[in-house]
Formats: sequence, C-alpha cells, structure tokens
Amino acid sequence: MADYRINVWRQDQLQQQGHFEQYLVENISADMSFLEMLDVLNEKLISDDLIPVAFDHDCREGICGACSLVINGIPHGKECGTTTCQLYMRHFKAESEITIEPFRAKAFPLIKDLIVDRSSLDRVLQSGGYVSVNTGAAADANNVLIAKHTADDAFTAATCIGCGACVAVCRNASSMLFVAAKTSQLALLPQGQPERLERSLNMVKQMQLEGFGNCSNHYECEAACPKNIPASYIAQLNRDFLNASMSSKEYEHQTHCKSLEE
Amino acid sequence: MPISLDPRIPDGALADKWANQQANFKLVSPNNKAKYKVIVIGSGLAGASAAATLAEQGYQVDCFSFNDSPRRAHSVAAQGGINAAKNYRNDGDSTYRLFYDTIKGGDFRSREANVYRLAEVSGQIIDHCVAQGIPFARDYAGYLDSRSFGGVQVSRTFYARGQTGQQLLLGAYGALNRQIHLDKVRMFTRSEMLDVVVEDGVAQGIIVRNLVSGEVSRFNAHAVIIASGGYSNMFYLSTNALSSNVTATYRAYKQGALFANPAFTQIHPTCIPASGEHQSKLTLMSESLRNDGRIWVPAKQGEHRSPADIPQSERDYFLERRYPAFGNLVPRDIASRAVKQVCDKGLGVGPTGHGVYLDLADAIESSGKDVIEERYGNLFEMYQRITSESPEKSPMRIYPAAHYTMGGLWVDYHLMSNIKGLFVIGEANFSDHGANRLGASALMQGLADGYFIVPSSVSHYLAEQKPQLVDTNSDSFNQTGQAVENRVADLLSIKGKHSADYFHRKLGKLMWDNCGMARSERGLKKALDEIPKLSEQFWQQLKITGSGKELNFQLEKAGRVADFLEFSQLVCQDALHRNESCGGHFREESQNTEGEALRNDDDFSYVAAWQYKSGKTTNQPAPATLHKEPLKHEAVAPDQRSYK
Repeated sequence: MADYRINVWRQDQLQQQGHFEQYLVENISADMSFLEMLDVLNEKLISDDLIPVAFDHDCREGICGACSLVINGIPHGKECGTTTCQLYMRHFKAESEITIEPFRAKAFPLIKDLIVDRSSLDRVLQSGGYVSVNTGAAADANNVLIAKHTADDAFTAATCIGCGACVAVCRNASSMLFVAAKTSQLALLPQGQPERLERSLNMVKQMQLEGFGNCSNHYECEAACPKNIPASYIAQLNRDFLNASMSSKEYEHQTHCKSLEE
Repeated sequence: MPISLDPRIPDGALADKWANQQANFKLVSPNNKAKYKVIVIGSGLAGASAAATLAEQGYQVDCFSFNDSPRRAHSVAAQGGINAAKNYRNDGDSTYRLFYDTIKGGDFRSREANVYRLAEVSGQIIDHCVAQGIPFARDYAGYLDSRSFGGVQVSRTFYARGQTGQQLLLGAYGALNRQIHLDKVRMFTRSEMLDVVVEDGVAQGIIVRNLVSGEVSRFNAHAVIIASGGYSNMFYLSTNALSSNVTATYRAYKQGALFANPAFTQIHPTCIPASGEHQSKLTLMSESLRNDGRIWVPAKQGEHRSPADIPQSERDYFLERRYPAFGNLVPRDIASRAVKQVCDKGLGVGPTGHGVYLDLADAIESSGKDVIEERYGNLFEMYQRITSESPEKSPMRIYPAAHYTMGGLWVDYHLMSNIKGLFVIGEANFSDHGANRLGASALMQGLADGYFIVPSSVSHYLAEQKPQLVDTNSDSFNQTGQAVENRVADLLSIKGKHSADYFHRKLGKLMWDNCGMARSERGLKKALDEIPKLSEQFWQQLKITGSGKELNFQLEKAGRVADFLEFSQLVCQDALHRNESCGGHFREESQNTEGEALRNDDDFSYVAAWQYKSGKTTNQPAPATLHKEPLKHEAVAPDQRSYK
C-alpha cells in the first residue's frame, strides 16, 4: 500500500480560469488501476462534501477510447501502447507525485476538469471516413479476395480507438495520425478505392476547418498512440492527398458546348 | 390497456416465414418517407446500424447516446467474432444448423421463428460488413478466415483478431456518420434518455437529459427504437463498460412495456479474476482462447506448487473429463458452472481461490509460438498488463463474471414491444438467445436487428401512421417531462451521506451472491427481502455534491443505480418463479445427481413477460404481474442438452 500526491487540473468550464489542485490519496495497492485510484480520490472528495474530479472513461479495458488524461506530461502516461484505463499503480513509483491534465488542443475545447470535447474527430470522419455502401447492396463476402498481408495492414490502421492522444501530444495539435489511420484502412482495401482520392481531400479539409494543425514529422503521435499505429500511414495519406489535389474532378469531363446552348 | 402477447409469427414453414413476412410488409412510398421521424436510443451495433439504414431509406432519424461519440458504445469491446452460416469451410454448416445450435444453446427457451430468421440473415451481415471495408481475418489465399466458438462443432465465427466488435462498430459508425453528413440523422451525444412518452398505448417520443448542460428536453417521433444494451452492471462487477445500464429499458417497462425473462443472465467463464475490494470492473478474455487453451485445476486441494511443476497426472482437465465431445468448447453456462463447482470444492487457484488455469502451453508446443501469438496476441498483452504475468510463460487464471443479459423487453416477430411504435433491438430485447447465448451471437443479433430486420418492420408500422406528430407540449409530454425533472430534483435533494457507488456495490454483492451462477429459493427470498431495504436507504442516504445544471456524473450514476435497485427485484422475482434450471439460470433445487441442470418443459416452456405494478411509492414497485407467451417447438424437439 502506498500514498500518492496527485496534482489535478480543476476547471468548472471553458470560460473560467483553471488551476492545479493537490490531493493526497492514501492506501493505494499496486494492483489497482490508475482510474480506480481516481475513484478512491473521488469517493473521498464526495465524503468531504466536495465536487469530485470529472474525467472521461467507460470500458476500462483499453478499447472504447474514452479515457484521455495527460499523466506526468504524456497522454495516457509513459507506458508504451497503453490507454490510461490500462495503467496500473504498479507502473508508478510508490509515494511519488503524479500530475494529471486534460488533453489540450484548440480543436478539443474543455468541458470540465479533465473532460474535453473531441467531437471534432467525429466531424472529420463524417466528412468521408467510410465506404458509401447502402445496406443490402453488397455481393458475397468472398467475391473479392484480399491478400492476407493487405488485410493485416488495413487492420493495423483500423485499430485506432479515436482517443485523440496523437493530437494531445503533438506540438502542432495535428490529427494527422488519426486521419491517416482511417484513410489508410480504406485506401488499402479494394472496397475503399472508388472514393479514395475524394476521401483524403474531404477529410484533410475538415481536419483543417476544425483547427487541427499540420504534421511536421516529429512522430510523437506514434510514440503516444495507445494502439501503436505507425506514423508511416501519414505518408500514405500524404501521397493520396497529393494525388487527389492534382487530379481534382473539377477539371474532368467538362463540356465545351455551352456556347451552343446559349 | 389489455395486454396482447401475440408474437405475430408469420404463416408458413419455418424456412419460409421471413420471406412470407417480407412479401407482406407494407411500404412507405419514397416521397413520403421524409415525413416520418424515428428515434433511436443507443449507437452500438444495433442502434447505429438501425439509424443508418433507416436514414438510407429516407426517414428522418434522431439518434441518442450518453457517450461523447457513437463509436464508444460498448459493442466496441466485443472480442471474439461474429457467427454466420456461410459454410465456406464445407464443414456441414447451414442456416438450419446455425438455427439448431442457437435454439439448443439457448436451452429451448427462445422463439423458433425469430432464431431461424437470425440464422437466415447472418450471411448478409458478413457480406455487408466486408463491403464497408471491415478488415476481417483472411487466409493466405485471400479468403475470409473463421474459427470455432463454444457450443458448436463447425467453424463459422468470422473475426478481426481479438477486436471484432470494435471493427464492426466502426463499420456501423461509418454508415451512421455518412447519414449525419447528409443531414439525414441528427446525432445527440452526451444525451441520456430518461423516459419514453406513451399515450394511449402508443410511443410518442422521449425525454432526454443533456449530460453537459443538465437541460431536460423532449423529442417526438412516429416510432421509437430502444437499442440501449444489457443490464449486467446490476451485479456491480461485470465485463460491461461502467456506464452500461438498464434505465432506458426499465423506464419503458414502467411505462407499460413488458420485460421478458429478466433472470436470464449470462456469466462468462473466462474473465480475469478480481484482485481486491477496489475492483471497478472485470475484463473478459475472449472465448476464442478455448479453441487452443485447456482449462484445468490441480487434482487435489492445498496444491502450492507453481502450475509448471504440477505433472499432467496431477491435473484435472475437468471440462475435457466431463464433456468429452465438446471438451473446452462447451457453452458458456456449462463452463461457468463447472468452474464454480471445482472452486467450491477448494480446488481453485490464485490468491483468492476463485480461479482456474487456462493453459496455452500445449497449443504453443504443437502450433508454434508465432501462430498462437498471431491469434491471441492482443489478449496476451491485455492479460499481462492487468496481472503482470505472461500467458506464454505461465497459464492464465480465469474466473466467471457477469457478461451479457439474454432477458430484455418483450418483442414480437416485428421486434415491436407491446407498446405500439416502441421497437427494441440488440441486447435490449429478449428474443433470440433463450436462456443462454452462444459466443459470437451477440454481434450477429445486434446487426441482424439493426441492418436487416427493424428497418423493414418499422417501415411496415409507419405505413399505417399519419404523418402528424404529437406536439411536445401535449399532456403526455408535459406529464412525463415533469416527472423526469422531479426525479432529478428528488435525487439531488436527499443530501445524505453515501455516494451512489456505495449502494451500487452493496446491490451488486447481494445479486451476485443470491442471483448469480447458482440460485435457490432461500437466497432469492433473502435478496427480495433486502433489496427494498437497500433501496429505501438509498432514497434516504444518497449524497450528490454539485448541481443538476452542469456535468455531474454522480447524478447520472445515481439515476442508474436507482433503476437497478428497482429492476433487480424483478430479476429475483423472475428467478424465484422459474423453478427449473435452464441455460444460465441454475436453480439449485433443479439439478440431477451429476450436478447438471434439469429443465422442466412441462411447467416452464414459456416466455415470462412481466408487467410493472406500482407500489406504495414510485420508487418501491409492487411484485410484477406475470404474462406467459407459450413457446412452440415445432422444428426441434426439446431434449436434454448434452455436450458429453
């Protein structure tokens, strides 16, 4: 059992000034998860008639992507390939001080304490992160063969949980790794080809509208990604984006017969 | 209103029923579809697929989720796979066999027509998901790969490593995103449905609380679809995400919808054991591990050697011994019970004695480390992170945990509840899994309901409705909306001394001890005696700090716990009345000399559909009223379910 001094970012809402508050949490076992330690803190705050710390979490098994803390300066903490909910107190030195902040980015406005609004990522996906197939239109699943290594490569990109750690860690608050993971999954598969170029144009455009920055090749996103998604997918996105920019549909098949109608 | 329990099963032979039904469904003309509005509650596999498909057809859809994004819904956590009767392996699979396995797996407590339809559309789901760009596992020739799951002897489970639920959800979420982008779906995130508005037995809309601002608002629609998932969190510890709850379905029940077979809950055999009192949730290890893993305990009590030092002759591979035909791949209910029995005998392993070994050493030796890692790599990582032990070096320790609920709101063949215009899909309904769900069938059912079944049956319903909507200032909206606001105010006004979590833990322990893997008349009566007392304490001693006009997770949790406190009494009542053992429902009074479950078809071959009855206060329900839908077994004669 160990005690920890916890510095937590407290902020009631976006319009108010935030600050760090220090708390002591006592009798924490090494088998406790990091979020269970925060549960203990919150139970104590409630019993002291104080407002508990708000943080996003849900599945607590590393797959829903809800948890989103910056722990000692690193999104999801310093363990490699791990979400916050899969951190255990054995990963922290006993009796140490731990600092917890929200994911900070212009495109992630703060809601309360450690909770930020990541709906910008949803809007980026809404702009084209899918294959436009209606229910009922599909042919038999084995009609189109996909090489195993291609399916595996697409799967690696598809494991993105949309947590936003790549944005939080990036000095430009860029969401390139997130966008690239999504576009690459579909760019690698035959089903994603018809909309491939348009998709990369639309999603990059939306990414910029949301206020995410651009990639300047520091690759911190790859290091912070809880699913270890390689930054090489960003190169894939860049190739598609360049290709799409140069072959924009606006210049294709334009009629030259306008004058006749006029 | 009189209760009608007509399941509306179409005429014809079993294999023709769905085709007959589709031929007879009424349609709404394409020009008129945009005049109709449908509400979908939940954005998991069932909700997202239904919302997207209805919007594709041209209806206006409002979709609600309490998460910050539809892609966080708990379907995301499903690991192992999705069943489909494709017979790509030529191993004897067929629509009939998937139907048969599901009926038998459910211990003959589900409706044949619904289950047959599920098996029929299973193949289309895979086709559609592949078309969406879901990267399923493939073999070296580029064809879809499949594996086996518990309770079946064919290989029909399609998968995407150990993250099938995530991949399928991202597919449905993509389809939903496309419709949001086209302005066909209005998506409301961080929004919790707190009641359904019913007037003259017809669903008119819902009352929703915005979890960020605290604002309570009203939404009207021509049809309401509940896709809010299951209620395993009544046990406090379960494999469900922490915010999964019963509120949407329980509120509908209080408005008159019947709740069917609430006692049918599934305890999953392979979860990582709890490590202490602080535990907030349990983590599942996919059933797929039982393809290659062997489950065992030391043959004698008081064994202190490390597992590697225990020779083969002193190990008891109890599933292989008791069930030679299916071995480690027996269905979940049977595996869980067998695990409990060996642990009750003092043979359990690990610090608490609540654990058995799941050993992959033999598989690693025969197939090679690389092959096994390819199959289960992410599960190994997960296990190691949680326990700090490597499954490749020493066997995993596993123990059963609450995982899925077969019970749910009663629906007919159209997936409509007894409230007209209120449809229920996915885990939230009761229809397809009987008393026990087979592995990889939940994803199949959620998507079958959402993509292929409910869009047709909702259209059929809407074809007979007028386009006018009930005004959100009508009496029924005013009354229900006011009741929701009052309840929020009541919860905030108690100002007692304990958090909602305190009561939730107590309830969970009562339910696990008395209504978990083994149930007895004595235990259930005890729970039925104690839960109302706990509920009374809750309404006197609950403490919530902060207000209702802001993001306040204590308030969200308190509302859900309050509903669990009422609902678990219904679960115990159902468990007590069903004096037979079937599937996941094991009554100690009803077992044979070998400890196997004894079903009683003469007295209990029916769906128990419960009707709410108010008690002395709105928070203290009276015992519910039972209605029975008899189950007709025409295609498969019920027999003793044997996996020996």
